[in-house]
Amino acid sequence: MLMNAALIKLLQTLLVLLIVSVVAFFFLKMAPGDPVMLLLGSEYSPQAYARLMHELGLDQPVTLQYLHWLGRFVQGDWGISYVTRDNIFKQAVLQALPVTLSLATLSLLMALTLGIPAGLLAALFRGRWVDGLVSSLSVLGSAFPSFYLGIILIWVFGVELGWFPTMGFVRPWDDFWDGLYHLALPAITLAVYYTGLIAITTRSSLIEVLNQPFIAAVRARGEPMVRVVGVHAMRNVMMPLVTVIGLQLGGLLRGAVMTEVVFAVPGLGQMITTAVLSREYGVVQAGVMLTALFFVMVNLVVDQTYRFLDPRLRAR
Amino acid sequence: MKSFWKAVSHQRNAMFGLAIVGVFILMAVFAPVLAPYNPTEQNLEFALQGPSAEHWLGTDSFGQDVYSRMLYGARLALGIGFASVALGLLGGLIIGLSAGLLGGRVEWALMRLVDAILAFPEIILAIAFVAVLGMGTDKVVYALAISFVGPFARIVRSDVLQVKARPFIEAARLMGVSPFRIIVRHLLPNVLSSLMVQAGIRISTAILLESGLSFFGIGVVPPTPDWGLIIAEGRGFITMAPWISGFPGVALALLLIGLTLLGDGLRDAFDPRSGGH
Amino acid sequence: MLNGQSGPLLSLQDFTLRRGPHAVLDAVTLTLDPGRTLGLLGESGAGKSTLAMALIGLLRPPEVELFGSMVFAGTELVGLPEAQYRALRGNRIGLVFQDATASLDPCFTVGQQICEPLKRHLGLGSREAAARAIELLTQVGIPDARSRLNAYPHQLSGGMQQRVMISIALACNPQLLIADEPTSALDVTIQAQIMELILLQVRASGSSAIFVLHDLALAAQVCDDIAVLYAGQVVEAGPATAVLGTPKHPYTIGLRSCVVELDSELLKPLVGSVPSLNEMPDGCHFCTRCPHAIPRCFKERPPLIAYQGRAVACWLIADLPTSAAVPTPAPISAPTPVGAGAP
Repeated sequence: MLMNAALIKLLQTLLVLLIVSVVAFFFLKMAPGDPVMLLLGSEYSPQAYARLMHELGLDQPVTLQYLHWLGRFVQGDWGISYVTRDNIFKQAVLQALPVTLSLATLSLLMALTLGIPAGLLAALFRGRWVDGLVSSLSVLGSAFPSFYLGIILIWVFGVELGWFPTMGFVRPWDDFWDGLYHLALPAITLAVYYTGLIAITTRSSLIEVLNQPFIAAVRARGEPMVRVVGVHAMRNVMMPLVTVIGLQLGGLLRGAVMTEVVFAVPGLGQMITTAVLSREYGVVQAGVMLTALFFVMVNLVVDQTYRFLDPRLRAR
Repeated sequence: MKSFWKAVSHQRNAMFGLAIVGVFILMAVFAPVLAPYNPTEQNLEFALQGPSAEHWLGTDSFGQDVYSRMLYGARLALGIGFASVALGLLGGLIIGLSAGLLGGRVEWALMRLVDAILAFPEIILAIAFVAVLGMGTDKVVYALAISFVGPFARIVRSDVLQVKARPFIEAARLMGVSPFRIIVRHLLPNVLSSLMVQAGIRISTAILLESGLSFFGIGVVPPTPDWGLIIAEGRGFITMAPWISGFPGVALALLLIGLTLLGDGLRDAFDPRSGGH
Repeated sequence: MLNGQSGPLLSLQDFTLRRGPHAVLDAVTLTLDPGRTLGLLGESGAGKSTLAMALIGLLRPPEVELFGSMVFAGTELVGLPEAQYRALRGNRIGLVFQDATASLDPCFTVGQQICEPLKRHLGLGSREAAARAIELLTQVGIPDARSRLNAYPHQLSGGMQQRVMISIALACNPQLLIADEPTSALDVTIQAQIMELILLQVRASGSSAIFVLHDLALAAQVCDDIAVLYAGQVVEAGPATAVLGTPKHPYTIGLRSCVVELDSELLKPLVGSVPSLNEMPDGCHFCTRCPHAIPRCFKERPPLIAYQGRAVACWLIADLPTSAAVPTPAPISAPTPVGAGAP
């Protein structure tokens, strides 16, 4: 029963990804500029043009081109970058993606560590100054533009106070602590947005859950408030929290892109924006496909997690 | 309309947000009157000067008056915000209505298309469309609008399906009311109310995205007085001339906060159960 | 089990609960003897559930203010520190809620929830607790208890869920079981079963029970004693046969006439409705609807008087020349008839 539902979801997802690939392919086709010309550069001649075009398969019908492209794409052949003369797949998946992932993961961890307790406190001390403070800061954090915040943080903590490095990037897997040190400021910038969101959701969910009859029932058994809130209430808060985190993934990515550009972190966001500026449409396409793929997969995971968290959704 | 007002006015935060947004709208509308200088007027002799009597918020590296640029920036931000959301709304309405009303294979196909659009994170979609369409204010509006069509289409369709199933629609059909009339007089009003709330919430996203794009350099073109653009321009001078990035950034942050408060207030007033942005 | 004390298990004296400016429970006085069942009757808003919650200590300062006295097995509950109250809850006082579906945590299995009080109050380890849980589930009539331990609440029917609730409440053999409308949320066909089950468990263990009910017929069958509440005041209390068989307070009489019996005449509903908290009269709260009200009823609160085998709070009774005693300031508890324990 459960397997069937998951299978259907998977098939639907694959179909969506297929449509996404079509869109991505035609996007490249629509992009201004002639790739053949760009590749030829100064070695242009009508014969060379025709030859290269044939080599690249651009003289074939569009559908065939798409299928060829799709075939190459799933095998990992994403083409060569004009600028770096490097394998795009390597650039995107092996270099840029892990960086973005480490940034996002660090930020999410920070956000959860700060946001959940903050929301908890706000809910438990509802109406008092703690609540007002947390709620105001959360709204502020979730609305503040990340790139501006990044600039301010660089200025204050990097330039003026010198606590953090302002440029350069060290990959955490090359040197863990130095890498973390360089990731800190961008991660904090990104975390601000998510912390606000998590705090607000935790607070409102907790308030709602605490009003439920079963909480009174648990207390009526003699359980201390620590357990009532910490175990029973929070367990029930997990579901709306995961839902919101899932819904806001787009926002997280948006923040990540902005943060990467501001802090010159060589992740996917920076890769794509630089590629647009230098008209590297192959890279843009790769980046777009990759992020879409990732986005879809993460959404799927979140969906399944949601199912796992709510026993009521499991059986049926 | 009156009940709308009553619902919103009860929320203190929403009223605060409304006040902030109101100020910015005034700024945008009266920019030509309020701005002492032409926002793109360059006076290189006065470049990079701090706030003074002649230039309230200082000047940037081209000698342009930061205060005037900030005022016109409000105009641009709100303009792009409203325009892109309105366009996206229109597109979403068309697709959502078609899907919900026609049903069957049309619905299935349209919804798969929407799923595909929604598979991309908004910012990536916006960047991609700017890459294809090119840069400039109008292109940014279109790019953003396209990325909004997806969410709106989904909302419209589910609303249409919900309303369609309600007994009073069935009753109207049985009475022989023409389908067109049903759609316009009964379906649309019900669908539009929750849609408006969602649209309101999206305006802040639109403004954030467009200023972000401009900040990256792939949004509006200089010397358009866009806050994101100005912040980017002022970035290199952050230590010696912090007012260039500083003030427009504050303006952007304030407007976004105001819109968020207003949006949350609207959402709580009309649909307290939806927890997402 | 009775820790060697004679006298009532639970004794409320002028117990008052205030929420803001309003006295939701107004000088409630009752007693409950060991091994007896007490029914709290009254319409919605009378304060029955509030009293149940206050008894188990879930309604305490600072949300509300408590006055008067509530003594349970020799311990004064009013002002009892939370830590000590926690030791009583689920242990010596058990509470069965009305809506079992909403009262069970949807994210934890039935087994986990039953074992909670077993581990906390009785100090049982996981395996012993599980074994005891299976015993309890079987006791309340749940078939295949072992596999049910791993079931989630939503996987059980309403009747099963209520049985689970009952087993949780009885897990540690409480001296007092409070059941707040335990069958109202269930199908009629199941109601009788559940009620019978609770009664059986209570009688078997010799514990006392308080049933919060609005169904007179049910109360008559199940309860030894009855206390009728109206707008936070006890208007009549005593053995069920007396209170329901020959009611003396105008409100109780009115309640009885509302019950439709197969051979009764037309319904005679009670006129009017319970006054809102802001408009509550100073004297007897029922005076606004009482067909026999005299001016004194509006100003002075009638005390509980012993009369014809029960306690009544009514000026008409108090002023009767035939009433057994002159009204005294100190309320008198309902006298226990001969042959206590027989329903």
